[in-house]
Order: sequence, then C-alpha cells, then structure tokens
Amino acid sequence: MTEATITPAMLSTAEVARAYREAKAKRAKKAALLKHVFLIITSLIMIYPLLWMLASSLKPDNQIFGDLGLWPREFQWQNYWAGWNALPVSFTTFFWNSTVVTVLSVIGNVISCSFAAYAFARLEFSGKTIWFALMMMTLMIPYHVVLIPQYLLFLNLGWVDTYLPLIVPRFLAGDAFFIFLMIQFFRQLPRELDEAAMIDGCSPFKIYWAIIMPLSLPAMATAAIFSFIWTWEDFLGPLVYLNDMEDYTVPLALRSFISSDGVSQYGPMFAMSILSILPIILFFVIFQRLIIRGIAMSGLK
Amino acid sequence: MHKFLRRNFAGYAFLSPWLIGFFLLAIGPILASLYLSFTKYNVVRPPQWIGLDNYFYMFQMDQRFWKALQVTFQFVVISVPLKLMFALGVAMALDKGIRAIGWYRALFYLPSILGGSIAVAILWRQLFNYDGVINSILRLFGGDGPYWLSDPKYSLWTLIVLAIWQFGSPMLIFLAGLRAIPQELYEAAEIDAAGPVRKFFAITVPLLAPVIFFNLVLQMIEAFKSFSGAFIISGGTGAPLDSLLFFTVYLYNEAFAFLRMGYASALAWVLLLIIALFTAIAFWTSKYWVHYENERG
Repeated sequence: MTEATITPAMLSTAEVARAYREAKAKRAKKAALLKHVFLIITSLIMIYPLLWMLASSLKPDNQIFGDLGLWPREFQWQNYWAGWNALPVSFTTFFWNSTVVTVLSVIGNVISCSFAAYAFARLEFSGKTIWFALMMMTLMIPYHVVLIPQYLLFLNLGWVDTYLPLIVPRFLAGDAFFIFLMIQFFRQLPRELDEAAMIDGCSPFKIYWAIIMPLSLPAMATAAIFSFIWTWEDFLGPLVYLNDMEDYTVPLALRSFISSDGVSQYGPMFAMSILSILPIILFFVIFQRLIIRGIAMSGLK
Repeated sequence: MHKFLRRNFAGYAFLSPWLIGFFLLAIGPILASLYLSFTKYNVVRPPQWIGLDNYFYMFQMDQRFWKALQVTFQFVVISVPLKLMFALGVAMALDKGIRAIGWYRALFYLPSILGGSIAVAILWRQLFNYDGVINSILRLFGGDGPYWLSDPKYSLWTLIVLAIWQFGSPMLIFLAGLRAIPQELYEAAEIDAAGPVRKFFAITVPLLAPVIFFNLVLQMIEAFKSFSGAFIISGGTGAPLDSLLFFTVYLYNEAFAFLRMGYASALAWVLLLIIALFTAIAFWTSKYWVHYENERG
C-alpha cells in the first residue's frame, strides 16, 4: 500500500541497495542452477565408463559390445569365478603377490621418506641446501631414464624375478614426491616443541619418534595412501622385473588377458579388472579427504 | 673435527637411506646410462665403446625415432592444453561454495586415481573398439565412427581422450588457486559492469597465472612420461603403423624386447634432455605471463 505513494525520488539508498541485492541473488540462483546442470552432466560422462565396465563384468559375452545399458538383462555372476581361474595361475596368487609388494613398499616409503623429510625440515647439517636442491631435481627425472642401469644393477645382484627390485628402492626414499609432501607438513609444526625437547635432553631420534611422528599422522597417512595406490597400479616395474607367471602382480595378470589371443573372455576380463581397482576405490572412498588435501598441499604451498 | 662430526651426525644419519638411494638408484644410473649411450651393449657381451654412433644413427637414420618423437609431441601438444582447459572450466564451476562440492570433487578426481591402471587401459580398448560404446553413441546421433584402434589417423585420439578424462588433479590445484583470489576484486569489477568474459581475462587469468604455469609444467612432464596406456592399447608395440609409438614405448621395446641397451640408453638421455628443455622453457617464459603476488609494487 505504501508502494503507490512512493515516487522514484523518494527511494532511499537502502532500498536501491536492497533491490540490487535481490536482483543479484536471483541471478546467482539461476547461475547456480545452470552450474549444477553442467556439473551433473559432466560427472555422469566421467563416471559412465566405470559403471559400464561394472555392468559388463556381469553380462554374458555376446551382450557386452555395443550395449550402452548399465543394467545387465541377466546377472552372470559366474564371470567372476571364471575370471578368477581363467589364467594358468589363479588370481589368489596374483592378489597375494600384489599385497606383499604393496604393503612392503608402503612401509618402506613412509619410513625412509619421513627420515629424509625430518632431516631436511628440522635438523641442521652442512651441505643441506645442496642436498635439498638435488632432491628436488630428482622429482623431474623420468623413471625410464634410470630404468636400464637399475635393471642391469639388479640383474647383477641376481634380483631379477624377485620382488627385491620393486621393494628395496622404496626403503631408500626413492620417491622424492613423498619427501616433499612431508617436509611441507613438518614445517608447519611449531619449532618450540623440538627446542623444549632438546633442552630436556631428547636425542634427535627421540624427537622424531615421540614428537614429529605422532603429530604428523595425517601427512604419513597421505603418503601411505598415495604410495599404496601407485604401487598397486604399477605396471612398468613388474613388467620389467617379473617374468614368471607365478610371480605376477595383478596388473601384469590383467595384461595376460588381452595378450592370450583368440580367447574371447570379455566378461571375466572385466570382472577381474573391477576386482583389481576395487581396493583403490575403497581406499579413495575412505580416505578421500586426506587424498584431496594432499594434492593441494604438495601442489601449492 | 669431533665437534663437526657431532653437529652433523644426526642430520646425515636420518638422510642416509635417501643418500644411498640417491647415489645407487638416481645419480649413479643417470651417469651409467650416459656411459652406456656411447656403447653397443646387449647384456650378454660386455659393452663396446662406439662413441657417438648411437646418436648419429638416431638422428640420421632411425625413422622410428622421429616417428616416436612426432607421436609424443602430438600427444603432449594436444592433450595438455585440452586437459588444463577442462580442469579450469570445472574448477570455476565448482568454486564459490556450490552445494555438494565434496561429491563433485570426488567424482571428478576418481578417474585421475584410476587412470594409470591397467584395468582402465583395458576398458579403453574395448570402449573404442569398432563395435564398442563410443561408436554406438555416435550411431545414436547418426554418425559413423571410424576404426579408432586400427586406423592410424584416429588411434592417438583414444589416448588423448584418456588423458583428458584424468583432469582431476590439475582441477584440485586450480580449485585451491581460485580460493586464493580475493572476492572483492570480482565485486569491484561487477560495480564497473564487467561481464563474465572480461572478469575471466582481467582477474582470474592473471591472478591464477602461477597456478596455470605450475599445472602446465607438471602435466607436460607427465604427458612425456606416459606409458601404460599406450603400451596396453597398442598391444605393446606402438601399433597401428607406429601411430601409438610413444617415446617411452619405443625405449622399452629397444631395451627389453630387442636388448639394445646402449641404444635405449641414448634414447633415455634424449628423453631426459627433452623434458629438461621443456621445463626450462616453461620457467623461462613464465616471467612474461606469471606474476606472483608478492613481487608486485
């Protein structure tokens, strides 16, 4: 009722501001809706191949190709059983092998990289800046460049066809990415903690073990998770060092599916593919926050 | 001397695993492969010094070397910018407290984590099969898809799409970068009636430049190094007609299929130099378009 009596000249600045805000909110709402439509479509496209693989792992072979549907007409659960035993060696062996290599690699990585990171972030010693620069340089070196001499070294040690070439380098802090990640984290911890402990007569090892380690569990966990995922998926290392099918890790075994010509076992092959990425997806779902923070932290700060 | 030892002991003790690894598994092998690159070596007989012959052969006679370079460069030049554009686009849509951001972020990041796995490479081979999913979708729209895997004109696109699909990790880094841009700048621009395009080029791009640059370098190195996708999709050889002969695939085959370790070491050194060169170019050009905030004024 007041509106009728108001002339433009009577509009207070407060009302102009309110009208502006309302118009802006309305626009923002519309923009948000458009964004959601865009994001939902994009994420469906992104996730579709994975869902298609899951569906195909449950379809009979003649219904896989060209079938875009994500719901099998009949559930062929025996694909999983058939796939598990499709190769001369059962997948029980491959999963066990992958687990052994991965668990030992993760342990090695976390211990050796946190040692190095502790030295770089908290201890003083001569030559530190040079070593640090060299460490950062190794981040850039492609694995392919060191592969041949490493192979020759392990060949001479008689380590080919064992897991040692895959595990021992992990105990020697081979992955500078993790060192860098932990240094970033250690640097955020207050220095006073170390100093107080030092005054109380703690040795550097005691400080590492009783102060730095317990306070850095998120960083350790992040490194462990990434190290798990990368080792579990690693293909080139096992491809070079393991020749006996008994020793194969899961990715190598999967590759045998496509190189055994003539055998069309697409359902079982997809079934094993799904099982091979299942541990990674589980880890991702459980530790999503740590993983995403880890990327942002190592990438930016 | 005693004091010197005591001051440095703890540091070097903690550093020792890394130091051993650095000498035995990083710098040692790099120098060893430099030496091997001047030899002919098939593992069975001891290395035989042949000077620069490997390099002469590589640059003057070896057509597969040039082919591998061309394929790899093509892959890097096409896939990296597309991937970064995608990553930035999605990151901008996700920015500014949109609802359910956690879900989107997780869904978009998942392919990055699975992308290197053999399972996904196998999946990709089937998706791009002539009777596969991609062509079925094209047929829905009345198109007729090519033989993606066996036609050398199209085969590289399967790997480019695979690379773009993994835009998640540059997206996360962009997202963190976008958060650091002060909102007031956008508000000020709005008051001056700047449109979204203007805001993007006048505020987002310059302020995000260091992050774009970081992602560019990182993704380029990753693209040069990529191996398993090309290896699996090409059946280990770079087929069809060497159109998927990534540099890494060629190197692997020379070393471990043909046991030409000397020549493969020369290839490895060329790869190292290419990556170093590209990184240097990225750093060098960055001063023209990257402005770090604390440098100004």
